[in-house]
Amino acid sequence: MSGTMRAWARDLRLGFRLAVSGGGASWTRTALSAFGVGLGVVILLLAASVTSVTEARSDRADARYAAPADVEAGDDTFLLSDIQTEYRGDWISGRLIQPDAGRETTAEPPPGLDAFPAPGEMVVSPALARLLDSAEGALLAERLDYRRAGTIGDEGLVGSQDLAFYLGADDLTAGDDGFRAEGFGGMPASQERLPPALLLLVLVICVVLLMPVPVFVTTAVRFGGERRDRRLAALRLIGADRAATRRIAVGEALVGAVPGIVLGGLLFLLVRQFLAGISVRGTSAFAEDIVPSWPLTVLVLLAVPLLTVAVTLFALRSVAVEPLGVVRKSQDRPRRLAWRLVPALLGVALLVPLLGDFSGDRGLTSAQAVMAVVLLLSGSTALLPWLVERATARLRGGPLAWQLATRRLQLSNGPAVRAISGITVAVAGATALSMLFAGASEQETSRTGADLDRAQAEVFVSTTDAGDSAALVDELRGTPGVERVLSYADIPVAPLSGGGASDVASIPLIVSDCGTLVELAEITDCAEGGVYAVPAPEEWGVTLPEPGTVLDLGPAPEGEEAARPVPWTVPASLTEADPRPNPGGWPVHGLLATPAALGVEPPPHGDTRMILSADLADPDTLELVRNAVWDVAPGGGGARELTSTQVSDQFANIQTGLTIGAMGVLALIAGSMLVTTLEQLRERRQLLSALVALGTRRTTLGASVLWQTAVPVVLGLGLASAVGVLLGAMLISAVSLPLGGWLAFLPMAGAGAGVIALVTLASLPFLWRLMRPDGLRTE
Amino acid sequence: MSISHTLLGLLESGPCHGYDLKRTFDVHFGHGRPLHYGQVYATMSRLLKNGLVEVDGVEPGGGPERKRYAITDAGVTDVERWLSRPEKPEPYLQSVLYTKVVLALLTDRSADDLLDTQRAEHLRLMRELTRRKIDGDLADQLVCDHALFHLEADLRWLELTAARLDRLASEVRS
Amino acid sequence: MTAVPGAALLTAGDLRKSYGPTSALAGADFSISGGEVVAVMGPSGSGKSTLLHCLAGIVPPDGGRVTYRGRDMYSLSDAERSALRREEFGFVFQFGQLVPELTCLENVALPLRLAGLPRRRAEARAEELLARLEVADLAEMRPGQVSGGQGQRVAVARALVNDPRVVFADEPTGALDSLNGERVMGLLVAAARESGTAVVLVTHETRVAAYSDREVVVRDGRARDLAGAV
Repeated sequence: MSGTMRAWARDLRLGFRLAVSGGGASWTRTALSAFGVGLGVVILLLAASVTSVTEARSDRADARYAAPADVEAGDDTFLLSDIQTEYRGDWISGRLIQPDAGRETTAEPPPGLDAFPAPGEMVVSPALARLLDSAEGALLAERLDYRRAGTIGDEGLVGSQDLAFYLGADDLTAGDDGFRAEGFGGMPASQERLPPALLLLVLVICVVLLMPVPVFVTTAVRFGGERRDRRLAALRLIGADRAATRRIAVGEALVGAVPGIVLGGLLFLLVRQFLAGISVRGTSAFAEDIVPSWPLTVLVLLAVPLLTVAVTLFALRSVAVEPLGVVRKSQDRPRRLAWRLVPALLGVALLVPLLGDFSGDRGLTSAQAVMAVVLLLSGSTALLPWLVERATARLRGGPLAWQLATRRLQLSNGPAVRAISGITVAVAGATALSMLFAGASEQETSRTGADLDRAQAEVFVSTTDAGDSAALVDELRGTPGVERVLSYADIPVAPLSGGGASDVASIPLIVSDCGTLVELAEITDCAEGGVYAVPAPEEWGVTLPEPGTVLDLGPAPEGEEAARPVPWTVPASLTEADPRPNPGGWPVHGLLATPAALGVEPPPHGDTRMILSADLADPDTLELVRNAVWDVAPGGGGARELTSTQVSDQFANIQTGLTIGAMGVLALIAGSMLVTTLEQLRERRQLLSALVALGTRRTTLGASVLWQTAVPVVLGLGLASAVGVLLGAMLISAVSLPLGGWLAFLPMAGAGAGVIALVTLASLPFLWRLMRPDGLRTE
Repeated sequence: MSISHTLLGLLESGPCHGYDLKRTFDVHFGHGRPLHYGQVYATMSRLLKNGLVEVDGVEPGGGPERKRYAITDAGVTDVERWLSRPEKPEPYLQSVLYTKVVLALLTDRSADDLLDTQRAEHLRLMRELTRRKIDGDLADQLVCDHALFHLEADLRWLELTAARLDRLASEVRS
Repeated sequence: MTAVPGAALLTAGDLRKSYGPTSALAGADFSISGGEVVAVMGPSGSGKSTLLHCLAGIVPPDGGRVTYRGRDMYSLSDAERSALRREEFGFVFQFGQLVPELTCLENVALPLRLAGLPRRRAEARAEELLARLEVADLAEMRPGQVSGGQGQRVAVARALVNDPRVVFADEPTGALDSLNGERVMGLLVAAARESGTAVVLVTHETRVAAYSDREVVVRDGRARDLAGAV
């Protein structure tokens, strides 16, 4: 037993020495494989950090959360109102805050703040401070023109790049404007459950992004494999047995793996600093929150060296290292199709029962789906060598460069296939995802119904104060780029029936001039003083009041005592009108009236909506509109550009994540392909020099390198596209989405083709250098 | 092997008594068969007569062995001519070739030149043998091969010897 | 050693070349006439191979000039020199010259295909050469499947396939045993004489050099032509 241990120790040590003492070339090889392993470790550690990031984000959100409390104003209570504004596509969330006891308050300030801001002062997040100070944020600085009293500390933010602020107020009231609270934190924020389709998407994304990593690590460990085999053959000659050569090879592989893990750890620390500095669609994280979970970290640290050992032993299995050289065993036996089909078929078999039935609420089906995807994708990599072998076996003739490349592939396609198996997984997975996306986006994207011919922007203000609205309309009309402003008040009213509005649905009352009303409903004979009824769809169960009904124009909010009713009788002249979608896409229903018909000014508890015809080509126009709205109702209004469709935010975030991830994976694969190509070229140095002596053109050899990469990659992409479309179709059926997006493989296949071009281009300078005649000198 | 050329060559390094000349010859080329003094005396007389050496001085005490010989310019030319003339390529030349290489090195001449000259001569014969071999029948081929291998072996031995002695010489000089 | 003006096919004068601190050629002269077989001899490291590379237009010398058929070789562009090598020169190296993936036939056809000949015609011509070097039966084998001597004969066939004016052979028998070496040399020289091809033969073996018409010795980066020495 101890003898075996000693043999292991001795041979591993010998492996270590061989890996580092072989001069420049062996250092390069060790460094390359360490780098490759390091990259893999970084990605795995990042993946292991996902849960900690989401948990930290939800903890931080909880800490910021203030629950409305049903208490009287006291020394330790404060009023809070959430406001927000949009600036150039980013949402800036703010909070109006006002301690009931003013400066003498004993309430804890919000997390991240030392004290409550004084009225008119604001405390901003670091990212918002940067934006406000930048030239790009000039218009926002005009809007948020408050004295800055400080910066929100990290503990008061959800993400490092959050755009947030607290604004001190002195005119908040509990009720319409805000709510009273006793403190922050304590109450867990509700977590939104992902719908099954999105859950499946996330699962597949994880699989697709992580599967190429082992492929990449595998490639990295095999860097310089052929030279290593020759070295082992030399050791066999001087008496090492087969077991010893295996142990030595393992030792050599570990020399790359162990520093690779350390490098991966260091890179991870760097990458997380970088990640903490970026924001994807308003979502960002703090560096200290990106912490891999302990069990997963241990798993990664154990799995990577084990993987390198397994790969090394597996690679040695296919060659016989004999004392007088290396014999490849696998050359003569053609690859068999049968067992290579097994994983893919198993994957399909696992997916079939899920068709139309995936809900994601049982852990078992999620696991089944993940297994199926993993099997199908790894099945495609198992099929690839067979496909390449079959496809190239019959190729003959053609131009010289083509001949050189195909002959090379016929004789040894192992390295080429290994390099592209990663790309196959990535492309197949991404194709399936794109199809699932196409289906999901069909479902998740709602048509807004907005008619862009009639209006381009919509403004909303949470007041119906006539003076404010008029001032705003004037201001907007004077804004450069704005051509027309239609304004109407949208006031919820209820029948005056003694009690509150609790059991009676409120009825919308729209008040505006005739010019605006005709845009909101099919009214042909609008006149000042007219009142029109536009019935809501029947299933809404809203009945419009008959003429003569007395309505309260200022009903108190649910559960509160009405302060002072404002009665108004529905006139006999009430005419019915057909609904017409307003330019923003929302069908308007309820009562429509001109101001003269009311005779009394309703309390300003409704909303004012404005419909703008404007030229929004200059992004400043929309911001100027928002600034004007802010002046009237800080935080209580907004403006948005009308678009014909609207994508769910959740969906958009996932898509962004996928795009970034897929690009990262492709870059990783491009890197490993490049290294493999360079390695192959270096091993053919002498032959290349001989070919140069024969007068071979650079273009011929360059083209042959291109073909040699392109042929397997094209085959791989074809296979990947087919598997991807199959997988995509099955996943779509599993979540009962409309089938479609059959061409979804095109972008990924295109990106894959781009990778080939890049790898070939990047290897050309090296090829040119090898083609310099100096290579002949080694003879 | 030419004893007269060898003795003459040894004198090139400086005037020498007949007895010392014999001792030097024995050290370098004797190989267990020392030269008879009479042979040295006879050779020196002939060289004196031909004007290739001269008597540099006589030690008091008389006797033929007390004469000190020195090489003349004609003698140097004669050594030169001998060294640069290739030997007729034939098997078992090593003793004369060896003597020539040693003498060349002892007299600060280039062994390479000697080698190149000799190789050219060998090659001339080897070319002829090769031609005969190509045109001839199997018997010719076998015979020619034998001769070719021997000639090549001589040349290779000569190359190695020259390289070894050259290294030795440069070590001694430095 | 002055060559007769006009008769020389390829001449070189005062060639100098160093790789870093080591000087490979220090003023070498050389000349070869059409149809002549010249052996370049010398101890290893003397600059033999470098001389061959410079003569063949593969490695530009640091100084001196190489004249091929009246033209200064290194006033030509790299592409022109490549074309020259494809069309007028042939090469045999010690080893590592056959493309392992191509069959022997395809390897022999390679120079013709590089020169733009269609595959069928190139391979028909390659078959002739394989037959002339008595290795016609190897046509469909890959270099890895044939013996060293057979491989070298395939290489010779390749060197001669484009009817070159000059064949550059760098230790063509270096990795072969005597019998195979003799056969390769016999076939190479016979084929060259038959077609009037000049051969620059770098070797350290006298027996191989004996196939030449004349020898040049390279020593310490200088080439000495011993043709008229005696």
